[in-house]
Amino acid sequence: MSFISYLINGISLGSIYALIALGYTMVYGIAKMLNFAHGDIIMIGGYTIFVVMNTLGMPPILGVLVAVVVCTILGVTIEKIAYKPLRQASPLAVLITAIGVSYLLQNVALLIFGANTKLFTSVVSIPAISLADGQINLSGETTVTIVVSVVIMVGLMLFIRKSKTGQAMLAVSEDKGAAELMGINVNATIAVTFAIGSALAAIAGALLCSAYPTLTPYTGAMPGIKAFVAAVFGGIGSIPGAFIGGILLGVIENLSKAYISSQMADAIVFAVLIVVLLVKPTGILGKKISEKV
Amino acid sequence: MDKLKKMNKTTKSNFITYAMVIVAYIIMQVLVSAGVVSSLMTGLLVPLCIYVMMAVSLNLTVGILGELSLGHAGFMCVGAFSSAVFSVATVDTITSVPLRFFIAIVIGAVAAAVFGVILGIPVLRLRGDYLAIVTLAFGEIVKNFINVVYLGMDGKGFHFSMKDTGSLNLGEGGKVIINGAQGITGTPKNATFTIGIVIILITLFIVLNLIHSRAGRAIMAIRDNRIAAESVGINITKYKLMAFTISASIAGVGGVLYAHNLSTLTALPKNFGYNMSIMILVFVVLGGIGNIRGSIISAVILTLLPELLRGLNDYRMLIYAIVLIVMMLFNWSPRAREFREKYSIKRFLNRKSIEKEEA
Repeated sequence: MSFISYLINGISLGSIYALIALGYTMVYGIAKMLNFAHGDIIMIGGYTIFVVMNTLGMPPILGVLVAVVVCTILGVTIEKIAYKPLRQASPLAVLITAIGVSYLLQNVALLIFGANTKLFTSVVSIPAISLADGQINLSGETTVTIVVSVVIMVGLMLFIRKSKTGQAMLAVSEDKGAAELMGINVNATIAVTFAIGSALAAIAGALLCSAYPTLTPYTGAMPGIKAFVAAVFGGIGSIPGAFIGGILLGVIENLSKAYISSQMADAIVFAVLIVVLLVKPTGILGKKISEKV
Repeated sequence: MDKLKKMNKTTKSNFITYAMVIVAYIIMQVLVSAGVVSSLMTGLLVPLCIYVMMAVSLNLTVGILGELSLGHAGFMCVGAFSSAVFSVATVDTITSVPLRFFIAIVIGAVAAAVFGVILGIPVLRLRGDYLAIVTLAFGEIVKNFINVVYLGMDGKGFHFSMKDTGSLNLGEGGKVIINGAQGITGTPKNATFTIGIVIILITLFIVLNLIHSRAGRAIMAIRDNRIAAESVGINITKYKLMAFTISASIAGVGGVLYAHNLSTLTALPKNFGYNMSIMILVFVVLGGIGNIRGSIISAVILTLLPELLRGLNDYRMLIYAIVLIVMMLFNWSPRAREFREKYSIKRFLNRKSIEKEEA
């Protein structure tokens, strides 16, 4: 029975990765750039909730809402100041800028909040569920995480399929130039993508810090990188791929923590990335893109 | 002097780079023997050599190959630990210090190169930013892995464990080499400023000659236009792997110097972590991507500056982050380019000469 509880905890962790990976994969699909700062937006979301709940004493739901607003504004601002001027620049320049932004966020948080670990109060107040005569215990956080991610995932799919903005996002990711000729505002579409990605990062931050209640300026870095691995695993640019990749990665990480070695779990996760890149670089659901000269 | 004039442009430029290093060395030696330099600064000389090597090494990957490595501290870590293990294990058997240190350097370089190949083969085949992520992960894993490794040696050979020193089952007269998070103690302090400078010169010789060789041109052709390079028959993966492996092994040698400059070697986030990799990237970006001489100068300035301006220490990493963003925006954003064209010194000078001609 312990296997099943490891599995469920893995799915829960994987759902958080999936939420982060959605932000990565959408930005990658549309702006063709790796937004390194995405993981650190999670951390900013975590600190925002911490300040709203612990310092101002507001209810958790308000904290999450404020975090979503703050992260959305932050994401769009970063895009406007740092990434937008570099649309025509070499990919290397954009990547270095993104790393600079990520490093900037970490160090600003370090200066404001200090290096000490902050103890995060969970935003979830649902009691634990006991299944199979108490052999499987599901914490409230686990349940909420899984439910929230599934709802967001379905909502996002519907948004992209049905709404005009969503269709515009698809069009921009296919061909920026042609989309512009069709009257789509490319800059606005990219800004919307960053806004959605950052809002998801804020929610992921709330869930991540509730499940693992320690908050430091580097909280977002490692989950951010793992979420990128998840996005590559599922096929970068594909939204269902990010979800599947995230869940699989969470399960792999939790099972290797339980059965192989807790210190080597990270190494195993990255070994997965290397194997995926060797065997199927396009990921599970990725499309093969042929190059045109 | 006549000979200098006859040299072609690249040879001259390389010559200036070597001369710069040698002149800096002589000045430093004179200052040290004159007793003008504080002991703090003297202690910085070997780290300075290490940073210069790391900057040159990363510039080979970023500037010449056009890929980003965020795990150069990881390669440094591999070089440091592999060579330190060798030096500690053979400190009694190989008594000739130069010979032992030479073998240690070779071991560090080879060990880092092996990891470069292991990471490079799956990643360099692909397009996109995968190398940055994989090397970043590599750096973190190496650091975490070394903190849980225990390695001992006795008459029967090496003993390895991931639990504690007790489970190594060392025989009589055995000694612990890697003691988990406590790292390696008792590494002979063989690295000196002179050796550091000699290694820098050798590194520069290798890198500069590589850049201007047939292989180097192939590597830069891949960076500038992959498809065009492929269509003229350049083996993309081979040349990319070549540049990356050389870069990794130079970083490994930097690690060897690092290990042999301290008596206790531990893998901390401070010395082999992400921050270290970013700092080296800042050296490269500030010195000019693809400009080896620039990397050397910026590594020296950025290493000495924080020591001179102690008050800025809290903001150092913040400044690094801003340097990365601002340099990229300054170089690439259309508005900054316009501004630079409008107010560039070259144009100003040209306009004067044109006005003169007209007059």
